[in-house]
Amino acid sequence: MTQDDLTIADPKMRAQGVNVFYGEKQAINDVSIDVGTDLVTAFIGPSGCGKSTFLRSLNRMNDTVASARVTGTILLDGEDIYAPSMDVVQLRARVGMVFQKPNPFPKSIYDNVAYGPRIHGLAPSKADLDMIVERALVRAGLWEEVKDRLSESGTALSGGQQQRLCIARAIAVDPEVILMDEPCSALDPIATAKIEELIHELRGKYAIVIVTHNMQQAARVSQRTAFFHLGTLVEYGKTTDIFTNPKQERTKDYITGRYG
Amino acid sequence: MTFNAAALLLLIAGLALIGWLAGRARSNLLAGRAGTKLHSRPQYHGWYVALWLFAPAAIFLAVWSSVSPALITNEVLESEAAQSLPSFGFERGAILSDARDVAQGRAAEVRLAAAEPLVRPYADASRKYAWIGIAAMLALALAGGLYAFTRIRPDFRARTRVERIVMLVLLLASLVAILTTFGILLSLIFESIRFFRLVSPAELLFGTTWAPQSGAPQPDSFGGIPLFWGTVLIGAIIAMIVAIPIGMMTAVYLTQYAAPAVRRWVKPLLEILAGVPTVVYGYFAALTVAPALREFAVMLGIPNASTESALAAGIVMGVMIIPFVSSMADDSINAVPQAMRDGSLALGATPNETIRQVLIPAALPGVMGGILLAVSRAIGETMIVVMAAGLSANMTANPFASVTTVTAQIVKLLTGDQEFDSAKTLAAFALGLVLFIVTLLLNIAALRIVKKYREAYE
Repeated sequence: MTQDDLTIADPKMRAQGVNVFYGEKQAINDVSIDVGTDLVTAFIGPSGCGKSTFLRSLNRMNDTVASARVTGTILLDGEDIYAPSMDVVQLRARVGMVFQKPNPFPKSIYDNVAYGPRIHGLAPSKADLDMIVERALVRAGLWEEVKDRLSESGTALSGGQQQRLCIARAIAVDPEVILMDEPCSALDPIATAKIEELIHELRGKYAIVIVTHNMQQAARVSQRTAFFHLGTLVEYGKTTDIFTNPKQERTKDYITGRYG
Repeated sequence: MTFNAAALLLLIAGLALIGWLAGRARSNLLAGRAGTKLHSRPQYHGWYVALWLFAPAAIFLAVWSSVSPALITNEVLESEAAQSLPSFGFERGAILSDARDVAQGRAAEVRLAAAEPLVRPYADASRKYAWIGIAAMLALALAGGLYAFTRIRPDFRARTRVERIVMLVLLLASLVAILTTFGILLSLIFESIRFFRLVSPAELLFGTTWAPQSGAPQPDSFGGIPLFWGTVLIGAIIAMIVAIPIGMMTAVYLTQYAAPAVRRWVKPLLEILAGVPTVVYGYFAALTVAPALREFAVMLGIPNASTESALAAGIVMGVMIIPFVSSMADDSINAVPQAMRDGSLALGATPNETIRQVLIPAALPGVMGGILLAVSRAIGETMIVVMAAGLSANMTANPFASVTTVTAQIVKLLTGDQEFDSAKTLAAFALGLVLFIVTLLLNIAALRIVKKYREAYE
């Protein structure tokens, strides 16, 4: 793998020689990658290639699977996130996540967004909390649509709105990195376009990593693209290079639709 | 010659086997002769004949077995020998059954001299009705079998017909349970109406004095409030204070924290706890828990602490209900999508915060349904309260005092020698009706809540 021209001086996250095992089965094999602070990084690849697994190891969501085991190092601002001294709860507050299917809690819109700030004690007063909720909803582009019905249930929103609510929920705890695991795969094209627009706007405020099946989406929203296949990182580069001038045969085959 | 239902059932089963073989052979033969393909495979023709042969005869057999004894007795009563019988009552019944036993070979000789002349008429009548029954049954079997046999043709849709018959049989089987429930309800209602002629419903539901055991009970000694209060205190308050927190915590531990190996052991153990006969809980409550609680109450200086206490019965009942609550809560928590849990963890919530703020609120409707079912079980529970709660109808909030419940009083009213037309005995049916209605309403409410909640996540 060549990444000479890609080395990021001060990466937000840096993975080095990462392996992920589920029991005996190795799902990720020796992956090294840098995630830049102001960049959107897309992970693409066919189903089962390990891109979601790798994403989930970046905020230790794999810990919830009893048989999962991670080796190698993953650094967040130079700090090993798998070190015993790392507080997983704090890590996840710094590295937020948006899931494939919108998963708002069965609570009001307000309470969904306020959930994170409340458990982390980010708002000393009710007024502060109101402000955090409003700012998160504004950033997620949902404020105008829901500002008059904050007390309604989050589950009553449409699919696209629910997903933006989940993004607002993640933003509300003021993370440094946002991981998105196929955030549009359950949405219709209009809702998808809105989310992509949102990703553009969030770029620069957060380091964003997005897993996607949809290659056009990767091309539209990201500056860096990583192509995974069978648990290995085949190629990583500037998005324009990957899509116009891939170095690896396998990448070329995939983006021209020969498999996957 | 007596009417032996079991042997006759075997006989028609044998005939059905012959019918099966004959039907199968005939369908093969006809298909071969016509040179066409059968619509249904040969064994379906066989089953068609066998079922037509067996079912009507078996149904007749069932009806005849229940009707013929009465017909035989009627015939005997019309005979000359029966005219000298005592006109009514116990003695007459004893003579008749004595004669019947001898006539049908269950006893060697009569014990009552008066039965002797009736033995012959009984034997004659028994023989006559046995022959009628057997002949009618065989005729039905043959008619059914022949009807089915003649309908066999290569294009006859035996497979479809068999399917329909099987469906009918299954339908009848499921009707048994439903009809039984209706039967129970009807008998409760009839007896309750008889009771309410003596005591007004308002008195039973709102009266505060319960003393049906006094020498000559008055209409105003059937006030049910003390019983209802005792039932609520034990079943809905004390038992739930024990069962809900422990059951919930068990469910949370098992669904969220326990390693798969622990879960594999603890769940079956809980199910065993649910399978312990209630009488065992009863003597545990009466012999172990109640005396210990009394000691404790005396130590605290509580007056009138009794060895039979609401607390003992309630605690043990709560323990009995724990597996029930925990398994309902377990199901509800498991039904909350994994995505909900992941969403909370990914925001940096601890597992404990996730459980308290996301999982339990999301599972709450299902848990509430489970709790209502648990209450309905607890207030219908009998053995523990009979053994540990006592029978004195006190209106007290002191959990160390003895109280009584609806179920305990029903047992009290119906055991021992009773006349079945006194208000005292009939009160048991009225109480049973109240209990039936309350538990029915609780179950309906619980099932509706659970169902509505299930739909929300599917």
